[in-house]
Amino acid sequence: MIQTLAFYLFAALVIASAVMTITARNPVHSVLWLILAFFNAAGLMILIGAEFIAMLLVIVYVGAVAVLFLFVVMMLDIDFATLRAGFVKNFPLGLAIAGILLAELLFGLGAHSAGGLVLGTPDAATAPAANVPNIQAIGAVLYGHYLFLFEAAGVVLLVAMIGAIVLTHRQRNDVRPQNISEQVKRRPEDATINTRPEVGGGVKL
Amino acid sequence: MTAFFQSLGLPFEAAWLISTIAGILLIALPLMLSVAMIIYVDRKIWAAMALRRGPNVVGPLGLLQSFADGLKVFLQETIVPTAANKGIFLIGPVVTFTVTLLAWAVIPFNSGAILADINVGLLYVLAISSLGVYGTIMAGWASNSKYPFFSAMRASAQMISYEVSIGFILICVVLWAGSFNLGTIVSAQKGHVFGILNGFGFNPLLFPMWVLFLISGMAETQRAPFDLCEAESELVAGYQTEYSSMAFALFWLGEYGNVLLMCALNATLFWGGYLPPLDIPVLYMVPGVIWLLLKIFFFFFVFSWVKATVPRYRYDQLMRLGWKIFLPLSLLFVFLVSGYLMATGHFA
Repeated sequence: MIQTLAFYLFAALVIASAVMTITARNPVHSVLWLILAFFNAAGLMILIGAEFIAMLLVIVYVGAVAVLFLFVVMMLDIDFATLRAGFVKNFPLGLAIAGILLAELLFGLGAHSAGGLVLGTPDAATAPAANVPNIQAIGAVLYGHYLFLFEAAGVVLLVAMIGAIVLTHRQRNDVRPQNISEQVKRRPEDATINTRPEVGGGVKL
Repeated sequence: MTAFFQSLGLPFEAAWLISTIAGILLIALPLMLSVAMIIYVDRKIWAAMALRRGPNVVGPLGLLQSFADGLKVFLQETIVPTAANKGIFLIGPVVTFTVTLLAWAVIPFNSGAILADINVGLLYVLAISSLGVYGTIMAGWASNSKYPFFSAMRASAQMISYEVSIGFILICVVLWAGSFNLGTIVSAQKGHVFGILNGFGFNPLLFPMWVLFLISGMAETQRAPFDLCEAESELVAGYQTEYSSMAFALFWLGEYGNVLLMCALNATLFWGGYLPPLDIPVLYMVPGVIWLLLKIFFFFFVFSWVKATVPRYRYDQLMRLGWKIFLPLSLLFVFLVSGYLMATGHFA
Protein backbone atom coordinates (compact mmCIF):
# COMPACT_ATOMS: atom_id res chain seq x y z
CA MET A 1 0.00 0.00 0.00
CA ILE A 2 2.59 2.56 1.12
CA GLN A 3 5.00 1.18 -1.49
CA THR A 4 2.43 1.79 -4.20
CA LEU A 5 1.79 5.30 -2.94
CA ALA A 6 5.53 6.03 -2.78
CA PHE A 7 6.06 4.59 -6.26
CA TYR A 8 3.36 6.75 -7.81
CA LEU A 9 4.60 9.80 -5.92
CA PHE A 10 8.19 9.37 -7.13
CA ALA A 11 7.18 8.34 -10.64
CA ALA A 12 4.78 11.25 -11.06
CA LEU A 13 7.42 13.66 -9.76
CA VAL A 14 10.08 12.26 -12.13
CA ILE A 15 7.79 12.73 -15.11
CA ALA A 16 6.54 16.12 -14.01
CA SER A 17 10.03 17.46 -13.38
CA ALA A 18 11.27 15.96 -16.68
CA VAL A 19 8.48 17.83 -18.48
CA MET A 20 9.38 21.00 -16.61
CA THR A 21 13.05 20.49 -17.56
CA ILE A 22 12.28 20.78 -21.25
CA THR A 23 9.56 23.40 -21.00
CA ALA A 24 11.13 25.79 -18.47
CA ARG A 25 12.04 29.10 -20.10
CA ASN A 26 15.03 29.80 -17.93
CA PRO A 27 17.89 27.30 -18.42
CA VAL A 28 18.84 27.51 -14.73
CA HIS A 29 15.31 26.48 -13.82
CA SER A 30 15.69 23.61 -16.29
CA VAL A 31 18.78 22.33 -14.51
CA LEU A 32 17.08 22.62 -11.13
CA TRP A 33 14.10 20.60 -12.42
CA LEU A 34 16.57 18.06 -13.80
CA ILE A 35 18.09 17.75 -10.33
CA LEU A 36 14.63 17.11 -8.90
CA ALA A 37 14.14 14.41 -11.54
CA PHE A 38 17.46 12.73 -10.59
CA PHE A 39 16.51 12.86 -6.94
CA ASN A 40 13.14 11.24 -7.49
CA ALA A 41 14.74 8.60 -9.70
CA ALA A 42 16.97 7.81 -6.70
CA GLY A 43 13.77 7.42 -4.67
CA LEU A 44 12.51 4.88 -7.20
CA MET A 45 15.81 2.98 -6.94
CA ILE A 46 15.48 2.79 -3.17
CA LEU A 47 11.95 1.48 -3.61
CA ILE A 48 13.18 -1.54 -5.60
CA GLY A 49 15.90 -2.20 -3.02
CA ALA A 50 18.87 -0.87 -5.00
CA GLU A 51 20.04 1.50 -2.27
CA PHE A 52 23.65 1.58 -3.49
CA ILE A 53 22.62 2.68 -6.99
CA ALA A 54 20.32 5.28 -5.47
CA MET A 55 23.12 6.76 -3.37
CA LEU A 56 25.49 6.72 -6.36
CA LEU A 57 22.85 8.49 -8.43
CA VAL A 58 22.61 11.25 -5.85
CA ILE A 59 26.37 11.53 -5.21
CA VAL A 60 27.49 11.41 -8.84
CA TYR A 61 24.66 13.04 -10.77
CA VAL A 62 23.13 15.40 -8.24
CA GLY A 63 26.29 16.11 -6.27
CA ALA A 64 28.81 16.51 -9.08
CA VAL A 65 27.47 16.43 -12.64
CA ALA A 66 24.46 18.68 -12.04
CA VAL A 67 26.60 21.16 -10.08
CA LEU A 68 28.85 21.47 -13.12
CA PHE A 69 25.80 21.86 -15.38
CA LEU A 70 24.48 24.58 -13.13
CA PHE A 71 27.92 26.17 -12.97
CA VAL A 72 28.11 26.42 -16.77
CA VAL A 73 24.48 27.36 -17.37
CA MET A 74 24.55 30.09 -14.72
CA MET A 75 27.43 31.79 -16.46
CA LEU A 76 25.96 31.61 -19.95
CA ASP A 77 24.54 34.83 -21.25
CA ILE A 78 21.66 33.36 -23.19
CA ASP A 79 19.56 35.35 -25.61
CA PHE A 80 16.20 33.58 -25.63
CA ALA A 81 15.13 35.02 -28.98
CA THR A 82 18.05 33.41 -30.85
CA LEU A 83 17.44 30.16 -28.97
CA ARG A 84 13.86 29.99 -30.24
CA ALA A 85 14.89 30.94 -33.79
CA GLY A 86 16.16 27.42 -34.58
CA PHE A 87 12.91 25.78 -33.47
CA VAL A 88 11.28 25.35 -36.87
CA LYS A 89 14.52 24.20 -38.48
CA ASN A 90 15.18 21.55 -35.81
CA PHE A 91 11.57 20.49 -35.43
CA PRO A 92 11.69 17.53 -37.91
CA LEU A 93 14.85 16.18 -36.26
CA GLY A 94 13.26 16.39 -32.81
CA LEU A 95 10.14 14.69 -34.13
CA ALA A 96 12.25 11.86 -35.60
CA ILE A 97 14.07 11.30 -32.27
CA ALA A 98 10.77 11.33 -30.40
CA GLY A 99 9.38 8.78 -32.87
CA ILE A 100 12.39 6.48 -32.37
CA LEU A 101 12.07 6.74 -28.58
CA LEU A 102 8.35 5.95 -28.76
CA ALA A 103 8.99 2.94 -30.99
CA GLU A 104 11.66 1.63 -28.59
CA LEU A 105 9.35 2.13 -25.63
CA LEU A 106 6.54 0.23 -27.34
CA PHE A 107 8.97 -2.52 -28.37
CA GLY A 108 10.23 -2.81 -24.81
CA LEU A 109 6.72 -2.94 -23.38
CA GLY A 110 5.75 -5.57 -25.95
CA ALA A 111 8.81 -7.68 -25.10
CA HIS A 112 8.04 -7.33 -21.40
CA SER A 113 4.44 -8.45 -21.80
CA ALA A 114 5.71 -11.47 -23.79
CA GLY A 115 7.54 -12.70 -20.67
CA GLY A 116 10.16 -11.66 -18.10
CA LEU A 117 13.85 -11.72 -18.94
CA VAL A 118 16.04 -14.23 -17.08
CA LEU A 119 19.01 -12.35 -15.68
CA GLY A 120 22.54 -13.68 -15.70
CA THR A 121 24.67 -15.85 -17.95
CA PRO A 122 23.66 -19.40 -18.94
CA ASP A 123 25.81 -20.84 -16.16
CA ALA A 124 24.08 -18.45 -13.73
CA ALA A 125 27.48 -17.12 -12.64
CA THR A 126 26.29 -13.52 -12.50
CA ALA A 127 22.73 -14.06 -11.33
CA PRO A 128 21.87 -11.46 -8.68
CA ALA A 129 22.85 -12.78 -5.28
CA ALA A 130 20.06 -12.99 -2.76
CA ASN A 131 20.30 -11.91 0.88
CA VAL A 132 23.54 -10.02 0.32
CA PRO A 133 23.84 -6.24 0.71
CA ASN A 134 23.83 -4.34 -2.59
CA ILE A 135 27.43 -3.20 -2.26
CA GLN A 136 28.78 -6.72 -1.72
CA ALA A 137 26.70 -8.14 -4.57
CA ILE A 138 27.80 -5.45 -7.05
CA GLY A 139 31.40 -5.63 -5.81
CA ALA A 140 31.51 -9.38 -6.23
CA VAL A 141 30.25 -9.13 -9.80
CA LEU A 142 32.39 -6.14 -10.84
CA TYR A 143 35.64 -7.18 -9.19
CA GLY A 144 35.16 -10.90 -9.69
CA HIS A 145 33.45 -11.81 -12.90
CA TYR A 146 33.93 -8.58 -14.87
CA LEU A 147 37.27 -7.50 -13.44
CA PHE A 148 38.95 -7.06 -16.83
CA LEU A 149 36.08 -5.08 -18.35
CA PHE A 150 35.85 -2.92 -15.24
CA GLU A 151 39.55 -2.12 -15.25
CA ALA A 152 39.45 -1.49 -19.00
CA ALA A 153 36.62 1.00 -18.50
CA GLY A 154 38.75 2.72 -15.87
CA VAL A 155 41.71 2.93 -18.26
CA VAL A 156 39.47 4.34 -21.03
CA LEU A 157 38.22 7.04 -18.68
CA LEU A 158 41.77 7.84 -17.57
CA VAL A 159 42.90 8.17 -21.18
CA ALA A 160 39.93 10.43 -21.94
CA MET A 161 40.79 12.61 -18.95
CA ILE A 162 44.45 12.90 -19.90
CA GLY A 163 43.42 13.64 -23.48
CA ALA A 164 41.14 16.46 -22.37
CA ILE A 165 43.91 17.95 -20.26
CA VAL A 166 46.47 17.69 -23.06
CA LEU A 167 44.06 19.30 -25.56
CA THR A 168 43.19 22.25 -23.34
CA HIS A 169 46.55 22.80 -21.72
CA ARG A 170 48.77 25.46 -23.19
CA GLN A 171 52.12 26.61 -22.00
CA ARG A 172 52.11 30.28 -21.11
CA ASN A 173 55.35 32.15 -20.67
CA ASP A 174 53.90 35.53 -19.78
CA VAL A 175 52.72 34.55 -16.30
CA ARG A 176 54.73 34.44 -13.11
CA PRO A 177 53.89 31.20 -11.36
CA GLN A 178 53.92 31.03 -7.58
CA ASN A 179 56.29 28.76 -5.77
CA ILE A 180 54.29 27.94 -2.66
CA SER A 181 57.09 26.22 -0.74
CA GLU A 182 59.30 29.27 -1.26
CA GLN A 183 56.48 31.50 -0.02
CA VAL A 184 56.01 29.35 3.05
CA LYS A 185 59.75 29.22 3.76
CA ARG A 186 60.00 33.02 3.74
CA ARG A 187 60.46 34.48 7.23
CA PRO A 188 60.00 38.10 8.38
CA GLU A 189 63.78 38.46 8.64
CA ASP A 190 64.17 37.83 4.90
CA ALA A 191 61.90 40.70 4.02
CA THR A 192 62.59 43.32 6.65
CA ILE A 193 65.66 44.84 8.26
CA ASN A 194 66.02 46.91 11.39
CA THR A 195 68.37 49.86 11.01
CA ARG A 196 69.32 52.78 13.20
CA PRO A 197 70.18 55.49 10.67
CA GLU A 198 72.20 58.59 11.49
CA VAL A 199 70.07 61.69 11.99
CA GLY A 200 69.61 63.23 8.55
CA GLY A 201 71.52 60.31 6.98
CA GLY A 202 68.50 58.48 5.59
CA VAL A 203 68.24 54.79 4.92
CA LYS A 204 70.08 52.88 2.19
CA LEU A 205 68.01 50.25 0.43
CA MET B 1 11.05 2.23 19.97
CA THR B 2 8.64 0.59 17.52
CA ALA B 3 8.47 -2.42 19.84
CA PHE B 4 7.53 -0.15 22.76
CA PHE B 5 4.60 1.38 20.89
CA GLN B 6 3.57 -2.06 19.71
CA SER B 7 3.49 -3.23 23.32
CA LEU B 8 0.91 -0.48 23.93
CA GLY B 9 -1.41 -2.42 21.62
CA LEU B 10 -0.89 -0.43 18.39
CA PRO B 11 -0.61 -2.24 15.03
CA PHE B 12 2.91 -2.33 13.52
CA GLU B 13 2.31 0.40 10.93
CA ALA B 14 0.96 2.91 13.43
CA ALA B 15 3.69 2.07 15.96
CA TRP B 16 6.35 2.51 13.27
CA LEU B 17 4.91 5.85 12.17
CA ILE B 18 4.67 7.22 15.72
CA SER B 19 8.14 6.00 16.72
CA THR B 20 9.72 7.44 13.55
CA ILE B 21 8.10 10.83 14.07
CA ALA B 22 9.10 10.74 17.73
CA GLY B 23 12.67 9.87 16.67
CA ILE B 24 12.79 12.76 14.21
CA LEU B 25 11.54 15.19 16.86
CA LEU B 26 13.98 13.74 19.42
CA ILE B 27 16.85 14.57 17.06
CA ALA B 28 15.66 17.80 15.42
CA LEU B 29 14.45 19.73 18.47
CA PRO B 30 17.55 19.21 20.67
CA LEU B 31 19.64 19.92 17.55
CA MET B 32 18.00 23.34 17.08
CA LEU B 33 18.46 24.12 20.76
CA SER B 34 22.11 23.04 20.67
CA VAL B 35 22.70 25.12 17.53
CA ALA B 36 21.45 28.16 19.44
CA MET B 37 23.72 27.36 22.39
CA ILE B 38 26.71 26.43 20.26
CA ILE B 39 26.54 29.82 18.52
CA TYR B 40 26.86 31.35 21.99
CA VAL B 41 29.76 29.02 22.82
CA ASP B 42 31.44 29.87 19.52
CA ARG B 43 31.20 33.58 20.20
CA LYS B 44 32.47 33.12 23.77
CA ILE B 45 35.48 31.05 22.67
CA TRP B 46 36.25 33.48 19.90
CA ALA B 47 35.98 36.41 22.32
CA ALA B 48 38.20 34.72 24.90
CA MET B 49 40.92 34.16 22.31
CA ALA B 50 40.69 37.80 21.26
CA LEU B 51 40.77 38.92 24.93
CA ARG B 52 37.22 40.24 24.75
CA ARG B 53 34.18 39.42 26.87
CA GLY B 54 31.82 38.23 24.15
CA PRO B 55 28.04 38.21 24.67
CA ASN B 56 27.33 38.94 28.35
CA VAL B 57 24.22 41.12 28.50
CA VAL B 58 21.11 39.05 27.75
CA GLY B 59 20.42 36.61 30.57
CA PRO B 60 22.98 35.26 33.07
CA LEU B 61 26.47 35.32 31.45
CA GLY B 62 24.75 36.23 28.18
CA LEU B 63 23.35 32.70 27.85
CA LEU B 64 20.15 33.91 26.20
CA GLN B 65 21.93 35.97 23.54
CA SER B 66 21.15 33.54 20.69
CA PHE B 67 17.46 33.50 21.60
CA ALA B 68 17.39 37.29 21.62
CA ASP B 69 19.04 37.28 18.17
CA GLY B 70 16.53 34.68 16.99
CA LEU B 71 13.61 36.79 18.17
CA LYS B 72 15.11 39.82 16.46
CA VAL B 73 15.41 38.17 13.04
CA PHE B 74 11.99 36.58 13.49
CA LEU B 75 10.39 39.99 13.90
CA GLN B 76 12.27 41.53 10.97
CA GLU B 77 10.61 42.17 7.64
CA THR B 78 11.46 39.68 4.88
CA ILE B 79 12.88 41.65 1.99
CA VAL B 80 12.99 40.07 -1.45
CA PRO B 81 14.98 42.20 -3.92
CA THR B 82 12.87 43.18 -6.95
CA ALA B 83 15.47 41.87 -9.40
CA ALA B 84 15.70 38.54 -7.59
CA ASN B 85 14.30 35.29 -8.92
CA LYS B 86 11.67 35.02 -6.19
CA GLY B 87 10.93 31.31 -6.05
CA ILE B 88 14.55 30.16 -6.04
CA PHE B 89 15.55 33.03 -3.75
CA LEU B 90 13.21 31.69 -1.08
CA ILE B 91 13.91 27.98 -1.72
CA GLY B 92 17.69 28.45 -1.23
CA PRO B 93 17.72 28.86 2.57
CA VAL B 94 15.07 26.15 2.95
CA VAL B 95 17.29 23.70 1.05
CA THR B 96 20.32 24.55 3.21
CA PHE B 97 18.38 24.08 6.42
CA THR B 98 16.55 20.88 5.39
CA VAL B 99 19.69 19.18 4.14
CA THR B 100 21.40 19.89 7.46
CA LEU B 101 18.65 18.11 9.37
CA LEU B 102 18.46 15.18 6.92
CA ALA B 103 22.00 13.96 7.46
CA TRP B 104 21.48 13.47 11.22
CA ALA B 105 19.16 10.53 10.50
CA VAL B 106 22.05 8.05 10.25
CA ILE B 107 24.23 9.20 13.17
CA PRO B 108 24.22 6.56 15.95
CA PHE B 109 23.70 8.21 19.35
CA ASN B 110 24.08 5.00 21.30
CA SER B 111 24.24 1.34 20.38
CA GLY B 112 20.91 0.83 18.63
CA ALA B 113 19.82 4.46 19.07
CA ILE B 114 19.84 5.40 15.39
CA LEU B 115 16.90 6.76 13.42
CA ALA B 116 17.65 5.09 10.08
CA ASP B 117 19.91 2.06 10.46
CA ILE B 118 20.64 1.65 6.75
CA ASN B 119 23.35 -0.38 5.01
CA VAL B 120 24.64 2.59 3.05
CA GLY B 121 24.72 5.06 5.95
CA LEU B 122 28.05 6.63 5.08
CA LEU B 123 27.12 6.98 1.39
CA TYR B 124 23.89 8.61 2.53
CA VAL B 125 25.90 11.18 4.50
CA LEU B 126 28.05 11.85 1.42
CA ALA B 127 24.98 12.16 -0.81
CA ILE B 128 23.20 14.54 1.55
CA SER B 129 26.26 16.68 2.13
CA SER B 130 26.73 16.98 -1.63
CA LEU B 131 23.18 18.37 -1.78
CA GLY B 132 24.13 21.09 0.69
CA VAL B 133 25.90 23.14 -1.97
CA TYR B 134 22.62 23.74 -3.81
CA GLY B 135 21.29 26.04 -1.10
CA THR B 136 24.32 28.27 -1.55
CA ILE B 137 24.29 28.17 -5.35
CA MET B 138 20.56 28.88 -5.55
CA ALA B 139 20.81 31.75 -3.09
CA GLY B 140 23.80 33.24 -4.88
CA TRP B 141 22.30 33.00 -8.35
CA ALA B 142 18.75 34.04 -7.45
CA SER B 143 19.93 37.16 -5.61
CA ASN B 144 20.83 38.61 -9.03
CA SER B 145 23.68 40.54 -7.51
CA LYS B 146 27.37 40.23 -8.26
CA TYR B 147 28.90 39.42 -4.86
CA PRO B 148 26.42 36.66 -4.04
CA PHE B 149 27.07 35.26 -7.52
CA PHE B 150 30.85 35.18 -6.99
CA SER B 151 30.18 33.48 -3.70
CA ALA B 152 28.02 30.80 -5.33
CA MET B 153 30.76 30.11 -7.89
CA ARG B 154 33.37 29.78 -5.17
CA ALA B 155 31.14 27.57 -3.03
CA SER B 156 30.39 25.10 -5.81
CA ALA B 157 34.03 24.73 -6.86
CA GLN B 158 35.22 24.48 -3.26
CA MET B 159 32.73 21.84 -2.19
CA ILE B 160 33.27 19.64 -5.24
CA SER B 161 37.04 19.77 -4.73
CA TYR B 162 36.99 18.73 -1.10
CA GLU B 163 34.29 16.10 -1.52
CA VAL B 164 36.70 14.11 -3.68
CA SER B 165 39.33 13.79 -0.97
CA ILE B 166 36.68 13.25 1.73
CA GLY B 167 35.47 10.31 -0.36
CA PHE B 168 38.94 8.72 -0.38
CA ILE B 169 39.38 9.35 3.36
CA LEU B 170 36.08 7.65 4.10
CA ILE B 171 37.11 4.68 1.94
CA CYS B 172 40.04 4.06 4.33
CA VAL B 173 37.62 3.96 7.27
CA VAL B 174 35.17 1.74 5.40
CA LEU B 175 37.95 -0.68 4.38
CA TRP B 176 38.96 -1.14 7.99
CA ALA B 177 35.43 -1.36 9.37
CA GLY B 178 34.19 -3.54 6.50
CA SER B 179 30.83 -1.77 6.32
CA PHE B 180 29.10 1.43 5.25
CA ASN B 181 26.74 1.21 8.21
CA LEU B 182 27.70 3.85 10.78
CA GLY B 183 26.61 1.66 13.70
CA THR B 184 28.88 -1.15 12.48
CA ILE B 185 31.72 1.33 11.91
CA VAL B 186 31.47 2.46 15.54
CA SER B 187 31.34 -1.07 16.94
CA ALA B 188 34.35 -2.02 14.74
CA GLN B 189 36.35 0.60 16.66
CA LYS B 190 35.88 -1.14 20.02
CA GLY B 191 39.33 -1.96 21.33
CA HIS B 192 40.83 -1.15 17.95
CA VAL B 193 44.39 -0.39 19.11
CA PHE B 194 46.06 -2.77 21.59
CA GLY B 195 42.56 -3.99 22.44
CA ILE B 196 42.08 -1.04 24.77
CA LEU B 197 41.86 2.19 22.75
CA ASN B 198 38.45 2.74 21.12
CA GLY B 199 38.77 4.62 17.86
CA PHE B 200 40.37 4.45 14.42
CA GLY B 201 42.04 7.77 15.19
CA PHE B 202 44.49 6.01 17.54
CA ASN B 203 45.68 3.88 14.62
CA PRO B 204 48.89 5.39 13.16
CA LEU B 205 47.76 4.55 9.61
CA LEU B 206 44.41 6.29 10.05
CA PHE B 207 45.46 9.23 12.23
CA PRO B 208 46.79 11.25 9.25
CA MET B 209 43.47 10.55 7.51
CA TRP B 210 41.64 12.04 10.49
CA VAL B 211 43.75 15.20 10.24
CA LEU B 212 42.89 15.48 6.53
CA PHE B 213 39.23 14.79 7.35
CA LEU B 214 39.15 17.54 9.97
CA ILE B 215 40.64 20.09 7.57
CA SER B 216 38.45 18.96 4.65
CA GLY B 217 35.48 19.18 6.98
CA MET B 218 36.28 22.81 7.63
CA ALA B 219 36.41 23.43 3.88
CA GLU B 220 33.23 21.45 3.29
CA THR B 221 31.26 23.40 5.90
CA GLN B 222 32.75 26.69 4.64
CA ARG B 223 34.12 27.42 8.05
CA ALA B 224 37.11 29.68 8.71
CA PRO B 225 39.90 29.56 7.49
CA PHE B 226 38.09 28.37 4.32
CA ASP B 227 35.04 30.68 4.56
CA LEU B 228 35.72 32.14 1.12
CA CYS B 229 32.08 32.20 0.10
CA GLU B 230 31.28 34.75 2.74
CA ALA B 231 34.64 36.47 2.88
CA GLU B 232 33.47 39.78 4.31
CA SER B 233 36.55 41.66 3.18
CA GLU B 234 35.91 40.73 -0.47
CA LEU B 235 32.27 39.77 -0.97
CA VAL B 236 30.30 41.76 1.65
CA ALA B 237 28.62 38.66 3.10
CA GLY B 238 28.73 36.37 0.08
CA TYR B 239 25.58 34.51 -0.80
CA GLN B 240 23.78 35.86 2.29
CA THR B 241 24.20 39.50 1.28
CA GLU B 242 20.65 40.01 0.00
CA TYR B 243 18.96 38.01 2.74
CA SER B 244 17.20 39.30 5.82
CA SER B 245 14.91 38.03 8.52
CA MET B 246 14.07 34.30 8.80
CA ALA B 247 15.65 33.42 5.44
CA PHE B 248 18.96 34.68 6.83
CA ALA B 249 18.34 32.84 10.11
CA LEU B 250 17.80 29.58 8.21
CA PHE B 251 21.25 29.95 6.58
CA TRP B 252 22.72 30.65 9.99
CA LEU B 253 21.06 27.59 11.57
CA GLY B 254 21.98 25.43 8.61
CA GLU B 255 25.62 26.50 8.75
CA TYR B 256 26.05 25.69 12.44
CA GLY B 257 24.00 22.51 12.08
CA ASN B 258 26.48 21.44 9.39
CA VAL B 259 29.45 22.25 11.61
CA LEU B 260 27.93 20.13 14.40
CA LEU B 261 27.33 17.33 11.90
CA MET B 262 31.00 17.45 10.83
CA CYS B 263 32.03 17.26 14.50
CA ALA B 264 29.68 14.29 14.99
CA LEU B 265 31.19 12.57 11.94
CA ASN B 266 34.71 13.17 13.26
CA ALA B 267 33.66 11.58 16.54
CA THR B 268 31.76 8.70 14.92
CA LEU B 269 34.20 7.74 12.19
CA PHE B 270 37.53 8.24 13.91
CA TRP B 271 37.12 8.54 17.68
CA GLY B 272 34.71 5.81 18.60
CA GLY B 273 31.38 7.65 18.49
CA TYR B 274 29.31 6.67 21.50
CA LEU B 275 32.08 4.39 22.87
CA PRO B 276 34.28 5.73 25.68
CA PRO B 277 37.89 6.43 24.63
CA LEU B 278 39.25 3.48 26.63
CA ASP B 279 37.78 0.00 26.56
CA ILE B 280 37.45 -0.23 30.38
CA PRO B 281 34.18 -1.51 31.94
CA VAL B 282 33.99 1.42 34.41
CA LEU B 283 33.77 3.93 31.58
CA TYR B 284 30.74 2.14 30.12
CA MET B 285 28.77 3.26 33.21
CA VAL B 286 28.52 6.68 31.53
CA PRO B 287 25.79 6.56 28.84
CA GLY B 288 27.02 6.50 25.23
CA VAL B 289 25.14 9.70 24.36
CA ILE B 290 27.22 11.62 26.91
CA TRP B 291 30.46 10.35 25.33
CA LEU B 292 29.26 11.31 21.87
CA LEU B 293 28.18 14.79 23.00
CA LEU B 294 31.50 15.33 24.80
CA LYS B 295 33.39 14.39 21.65
CA ILE B 296 31.19 16.62 19.48
CA PHE B 297 31.77 19.48 21.90
CA PHE B 298 35.53 18.91 21.86
CA PHE B 299 35.66 18.95 18.05
CA PHE B 300 33.50 22.06 18.01
CA PHE B 301 36.06 23.68 20.29
CA VAL B 302 38.76 22.74 17.77
CA PHE B 303 36.69 24.29 14.97
CA SER B 304 36.27 27.52 16.99
CA TRP B 305 39.91 27.53 17.94
CA VAL B 306 40.94 27.34 14.30
CA LYS B 307 38.43 30.04 13.38
CA ALA B 308 39.85 32.34 16.04
CA THR B 309 43.53 31.83 15.21
CA VAL B 310 44.06 31.00 11.52
CA PRO B 311 43.82 33.73 8.87
CA ARG B 312 41.64 33.13 5.81
CA TYR B 313 43.12 31.23 2.88
CA ARG B 314 43.45 32.77 -0.55
CA TYR B 315 41.26 31.08 -3.13
CA ASP B 316 44.14 29.66 -5.18
CA GLN B 317 45.75 28.31 -2.01
CA LEU B 318 42.48 26.59 -1.13
CA MET B 319 42.26 24.91 -4.53
CA ARG B 320 45.93 23.93 -4.44
CA LEU B 321 45.51 22.38 -1.00
CA GLY B 322 42.48 20.41 -2.12
CA TRP B 323 43.67 19.10 -5.46
CA LYS B 324 47.46 18.97 -5.22
CA ILE B 325 47.96 17.93 -1.60
CA PHE B 326 44.87 16.32 -0.08
CA LEU B 327 43.84 14.32 -3.15
CA PRO B 328 47.21 12.58 -3.76
CA LEU B 329 47.77 12.08 -0.02
CA SER B 330 44.37 10.50 0.56
CA LEU B 331 44.82 8.34 -2.55
CA LEU B 332 48.20 7.19 -1.22
CA PHE B 333 46.60 6.26 2.09
CA VAL B 334 43.83 4.27 0.39
CA PHE B 335 46.68 2.33 -1.23
CA LEU B 336 48.58 1.95 2.04
CA VAL B 337 45.56 0.96 4.12
CA SER B 338 44.26 -1.57 1.63
CA GLY B 339 47.79 -2.93 1.17
CA TYR B 340 48.21 -3.31 4.93
CA LEU B 341 44.82 -4.97 5.29
CA MET B 342 45.60 -7.40 2.46
CA ALA B 343 49.04 -8.19 3.85
CA THR B 344 47.70 -8.89 7.34
CA GLY B 345 44.82 -10.98 6.02
CA HIS B 346 42.10 -8.66 7.38
CA PHE B 347 39.67 -9.76 4.70
CA ALA B 348 40.32 -13.48 4.99
